[in-house]
Amino acid sequence: MNWLKPSWQAVLAVALCLIAVALGAITKPEAAAMAQPEASLDYPYLVTKGLMFGLLLIAALVSMTKLPAIVEALVLFVGAHLTAWLLITGINGFEGTALAPYFLVLATAWLLGWRCVAVLSSLRPVANWAKTALRLIIPAIFGAWILILWEAITRGAGIPFILLPPPSAIGARIAGSLPVLGADVRQTIFKAVIFGYVVGSGAGFLAAIAADRVPFLRRGLLPIGNMVSALPIIGVAPIMVMWFGFDWQSKAAVVIIMTFFPMLVNTVAGLAASGHMERDLMRTYASGYWQTLFKLRLPAAAPFIFNALKINSTLALIGAIVAEFFGTPVVGMGFRISTEVGRMNIDMVWAEIAVAALAGSVFYGVVALFERAVTFWHPSVRGG
Amino acid sequence: MDSFRDKIVPVTSILLGVVVVWYVMAVILNTPFQRDLDRRANEAPGAVEFLGKTLSQPKPTLPAPHQVATNFFENTFLRSVTSNRSLVYNAWVTLSSTLLGFAFGTALGIVIAVGIVHVATLERSLMPWIIASQTIPILAVAPMIIVVLAAIGITGLIPKALISTYLSFFPVAVGMVKGLRSPEIMHLDLMHTYNASRSQTFWKLRVPASVPFLFTSMKVAVAASLVGAIVGELPTGAVAGIGAKLLAGAYYSQTIDIWSALVAGSVVAALLVMVVGIAGRLVDRAMGGRPA
Amino acid sequence: MTRNSPAVVSASKLGLTFQTNDGPVQALSNVDLTIGKGEFVSFIGPSGCGKTTLLRVIADLEKPTAGTISVNGMTPEQARESRAYGYVFQAAALFPWRTIERNVGLPLEIIGLSKAEQAERIKRTLELVNLSGFEKKYPWQLSGGMQQRASIARALAFDADLLLMDEPFGALDEIVRDHLNEQLLELWERTNKTICFVTHSIPEAVYLSTRIVVMSPRPGRVSDIIESTLPKKRPLDIRETPEFLAIAARVRDGLRAGHSYDD
Repeated sequence: MNWLKPSWQAVLAVALCLIAVALGAITKPEAAAMAQPEASLDYPYLVTKGLMFGLLLIAALVSMTKLPAIVEALVLFVGAHLTAWLLITGINGFEGTALAPYFLVLATAWLLGWRCVAVLSSLRPVANWAKTALRLIIPAIFGAWILILWEAITRGAGIPFILLPPPSAIGARIAGSLPVLGADVRQTIFKAVIFGYVVGSGAGFLAAIAADRVPFLRRGLLPIGNMVSALPIIGVAPIMVMWFGFDWQSKAAVVIIMTFFPMLVNTVAGLAASGHMERDLMRTYASGYWQTLFKLRLPAAAPFIFNALKINSTLALIGAIVAEFFGTPVVGMGFRISTEVGRMNIDMVWAEIAVAALAGSVFYGVVALFERAVTFWHPSVRGG
Repeated sequence: MDSFRDKIVPVTSILLGVVVVWYVMAVILNTPFQRDLDRRANEAPGAVEFLGKTLSQPKPTLPAPHQVATNFFENTFLRSVTSNRSLVYNAWVTLSSTLLGFAFGTALGIVIAVGIVHVATLERSLMPWIIASQTIPILAVAPMIIVVLAAIGITGLIPKALISTYLSFFPVAVGMVKGLRSPEIMHLDLMHTYNASRSQTFWKLRVPASVPFLFTSMKVAVAASLVGAIVGELPTGAVAGIGAKLLAGAYYSQTIDIWSALVAGSVVAALLVMVVGIAGRLVDRAMGGRPA
Repeated sequence: MTRNSPAVVSASKLGLTFQTNDGPVQALSNVDLTIGKGEFVSFIGPSGCGKTTLLRVIADLEKPTAGTISVNGMTPEQARESRAYGYVFQAAALFPWRTIERNVGLPLEIIGLSKAEQAERIKRTLELVNLSGFEKKYPWQLSGGMQQRASIARALAFDADLLLMDEPFGALDEIVRDHLNEQLLELWERTNKTICFVTHSIPEAVYLSTRIVVMSPRPGRVSDIIESTLPKKRPLDIRETPEFLAIAARVRDGLRAGHSYDD
């Protein structure tokens, strides 16, 4: 028996699969067709039922034999995802009719997917490209399974659309409303967020330099800045809307206030980060304040400044979107979210959230790329 | 305590400066409207009288500090705490969902961190998503959660607490993963030479080592939790809570109310962070931390 | 003098190769070594000679890739599982959230001794390293030398016959180090333990050891083994005697022969 190497996921998968076979009908129409064999009723998985169970059992059993890990992962990957695809396409037109075996098949496929990720996680490749590929593939499979489970459960169980639309519907909505989404992004991100982010972070930076020159200011501003960072600053949104009107200027003002303090606090901390020995070295050269600042202290502060820029990239988006809940012209991401929620167009809300998430990641990614380019010498960057 | 005295003078003088600038700004911002009022009433007040009027409008563009202070005082101490105009009542409404969400979020964050540290599969598949999701403006889902849950009959405390949970579990999960991984190689080797079991290493080394990280991330989480609760109150049709006060103030242009609600929110936030900070320091002291 | 007693550590043709990004690195190659009961063996050599790696292999903190090794007649893993040795690291590595007595009691908790037994052993081992009276202190309240003594107490607490010490006094200043060396010798004499001691100080190695294993790098190997002729009773000023200096000179020659100074 030394060709056998069972894993709990595969054993459980086989067990669930057999239970599903024993329970019979996958959907209500199939159960109805089985009850009256003479009437030729149409039901889902007419042809693919055997294929799905076969795929699952074969993949589970093959994975338990002594195979090279990469082959095992491949078998599991194909088995799990092909079954999931068959399951999801098969329910088309029969939403909400799923019976227990439907969810058992889904769970089995998911277990095999998990086993696949576990096998991949245990790989320790030597080549750098393989490491990078694994670092991307493993979370990608995980993310894909969130979507698969979401899609299969919402459609199989027929969860009401307004409660949680399936990802496919959200995707269709995104594809169908590109002009609207584009206009919202332009209004919220390209006007309010970018402007507010640049001005707020810039002002925070300059205030930090000023505070650094005047120790009295630094001793006073630092505790205040730390305190303010914990406050719900977002609450100034209604005031800004009153002062600067409904358009993007009021949102930019909120963003400026929200991004100012993290930048101030981090830059002040960063300017104190250069070592005593290095500063003494600059003193032995009789280097002036500004020379020391530009040649030693700002480079040493760069990791802190970028940390603030990263924190601010998220804060800026939150600030602009939430500020729009308090009043906007008829365009903008926050406006869209609050009005479509009111109209119960939940798929549009999800579409807008997906776009916001994408924008947030891209924004953060750009800052992170800049950081790598500028602070390549820092251990946290060198270490990968 | 020396550093404290070093700070107190600069902090107070900067705060005083803020108050002075605030008064000047209040006069400047409220002047146009006051001029308009006076012209309509055909009045030509003297400079001092005019100044006084700009600082005592009922719906000023920028309320003066004393107006906010008076409003805050009246609504906090003079009103019965059951009145829905009482700031204590509204702060309590927000605070209760903040605390519930914070407790859930912290627990969830710890559980997820323990899973990530112990299960390689989770670490490689889930951790990248947790880090990526920190870059996403999660707060945007707040109105949807409120309305969708209301549609299936769940209203009140739970939906707001859910948003707070959502916002607070990220920092705790990330901080705890860092903390549970913080023991030095030497300490881990030491446990290895004792042939310590996984759970012994966990309880005797990883957990105590992670405590400072836990409290640092809990400070961030409790602040995020409060923001979540406040934003969660925005789409509920403004029933109660600090967020509801903000929205109602914006709706009726009650600027003084908005400002005093803001002050209330800030006081709650400062108290929460302070309580977590003190708890952290007490635990640190109990664990033999070197006094700062 | 102790060569005929049963072997505590015995290695033959031992080798260890690390796979790194820059290709394989041979940390140990062809190490043959037998350590008898009650010996005090020092491992000395320049950095990269594998002396710490050898100690870590004995402790089952690294797995050898060639040859065989036994500790107390078992594999290192079995020896570790039966808690056959105490290990002292380069730094004290005390848990900052535990008092000294609870740090010393840590291995006893893990082994699962009764509370009374724990208290008794903590008291005894703290006396052994002259730390009585510091039970309730936290590590940061002690000097570096006292911290390292506490960590030695922790290694002694569960009465293993073998003590593995990896440059335990390397981070301390010379005066403290002399003092601790003296105390360590006294402790060794009283407890009759077998001690493996990694160091890069020639006087320390000669002063402490019954045998000195000289190692050299690239690949890490044993280049010489020097038997000490010094008496078991060694006052500090033995270091000025001609006998001592002669052994030290032999160690120095061994280091020079094994180490090419071309880098």
